[in-house]
Amino acid sequence: MTETLNVLVCDDEPGMLKGTERALRRHQIELVDLQTTVAFNVVMADSGEKALERIQAERPDILLLDYKLPGISGLEVQEQLAQQGLDILTVMISAYSSLQTVITATKRGAFDFVVKPFTPDELRTTVQRAAHHLLLHRQALRLAEERKQIRFEFIRVLGHELKAPLAAVEGYMRLLEKQALGDQISQYGHIVERSLIRLDGMRKLIYDLLDLTRIESGKKQRDLVSVDVCEAVRMAVETALPEAQERQISIHADIPDELTMHADRGELEIILNNLLSNAVKYNKDEGSVTITVANQGDQVRIDVADTGIGMSPEESARLFNEFVRIKNEKTASILGSGLGLSIVKKLVALYGGTISVASEKDVGTTFTVVLHKEPHAQEATVQAAGA
Amino acid sequence: MSDDKKILIVDDDADQREILAIELQSAGYQVLTAEGESAAEDLLMSTRPDLAVVDLMMDNMDSGFVLSHRIKQLYPETPVIILTSVAAETRLEFNIDPDDKQSWIKADAWIDKPVRAEQLCGEIERLLNA
Repeated sequence: MTETLNVLVCDDEPGMLKGTERALRRHQIELVDLQTTVAFNVVMADSGEKALERIQAERPDILLLDYKLPGISGLEVQEQLAQQGLDILTVMISAYSSLQTVITATKRGAFDFVVKPFTPDELRTTVQRAAHHLLLHRQALRLAEERKQIRFEFIRVLGHELKAPLAAVEGYMRLLEKQALGDQISQYGHIVERSLIRLDGMRKLIYDLLDLTRIESGKKQRDLVSVDVCEAVRMAVETALPEAQERQISIHADIPDELTMHADRGELEIILNNLLSNAVKYNKDEGSVTITVANQGDQVRIDVADTGIGMSPEESARLFNEFVRIKNEKTASILGSGLGLSIVKKLVALYGGTISVASEKDVGTTFTVVLHKEPHAQEATVQAAGA
Repeated sequence: MSDDKKILIVDDDADQREILAIELQSAGYQVLTAEGESAAEDLLMSTRPDLAVVDLMMDNMDSGFVLSHRIKQLYPETPVIILTSVAAETRLEFNIDPDDKQSWIKADAWIDKPVRAEQLCGEIERLLNA
């Protein structure tokens, strides 16, 4: 990316103006960390008054400002900029004799100063520092704004997802209230059952939300102990079994007798329960789920394969985002918080691991999770913070 | 008087569809339901409803707009009521004049969710008798 910054030089000595212009005119700098090449467009003013005029017209990014000017002083120019709330990075130019002034100016918000007489290289170094600071600052503002947008969108969707079950239960209660289906309590069994299902879904969403928030904040207490993955898988299968049996779905576990790794039991449980629960939920009646655990050196590989409704490549690609639930006629009646896979993805990252998906529509889906047996505590913290 | 009027309900929430269907049936209407744009389109090919109640946000943020537009193309005389919680969620306000020929958003009434059956029936009655 190339960016051209406007630099306004304000000095009453024509030689200084010319020299500065020559030093920067064809100068380009590479800011490697920002992957940006910066070029400069130099504008000149020979008094403070002219500088203020040109600032209004040109909106410079960087101001090289001489302290000692014939009319209003550099400090006054700086003050006026501050009053107008203009975001311009100021570098003071000064002679040794007025170093104290430069210090004052810096205290008032000037970014840096350069002392006369200076070589073109000294000037370039100072301007490079200023440009780097300026672009870094702008990037930080941009990121903060993006984060705010993402957060807003998350909360908007969350509000929608929480209101839907409330509206359903409320609607059913009103039907009961006015006895819309007659005065026999037996006629309301379905309505009560649906209300309970929606309330249950709402509770699940709230729990998932709390899990996600704890993981993202990095404040979740992690208790990394030696855990037998196979034992955890057997327990997760037990948990998924009742729902599977209701729809004649069989669950097979192809696992070694024992395979230990360092993990937080709760986290491992969430990962396995989410994957198995999805494999059952999005399966066909009388389908099957196969969970495989394999020892791969310093890693553990877990595959959860189902014979379910599957996904198109486009659907798979969107899958790990928050609140993405693949909506089509086959999933319409399946309830879910839409946060399960986001949680799994964030947890897997805590183990320096990966999650991937292979799916074919109407054939089935396989989720593959690879976890490090010895997740480094340090690495985990960093990843959680950046998650 | 509303005995044989056919009302189409389009909502992606199965419970909402059921609740509205029971409410409107007890008010004496015939009810058809569809869970989304494409199911509704299929239904519309064979049936002309006397009025449609459409949820705004279904598969997409604007599913209700698209469907409402489609209904008006097929049956210009069929009034459409859009149910929305968009106003509350985004603070966007809709000031839609149903007579505005410029507006591509064709709907005859908007009702904010949660919807009370009494309010919905009142609007339906008003539009059917207009």
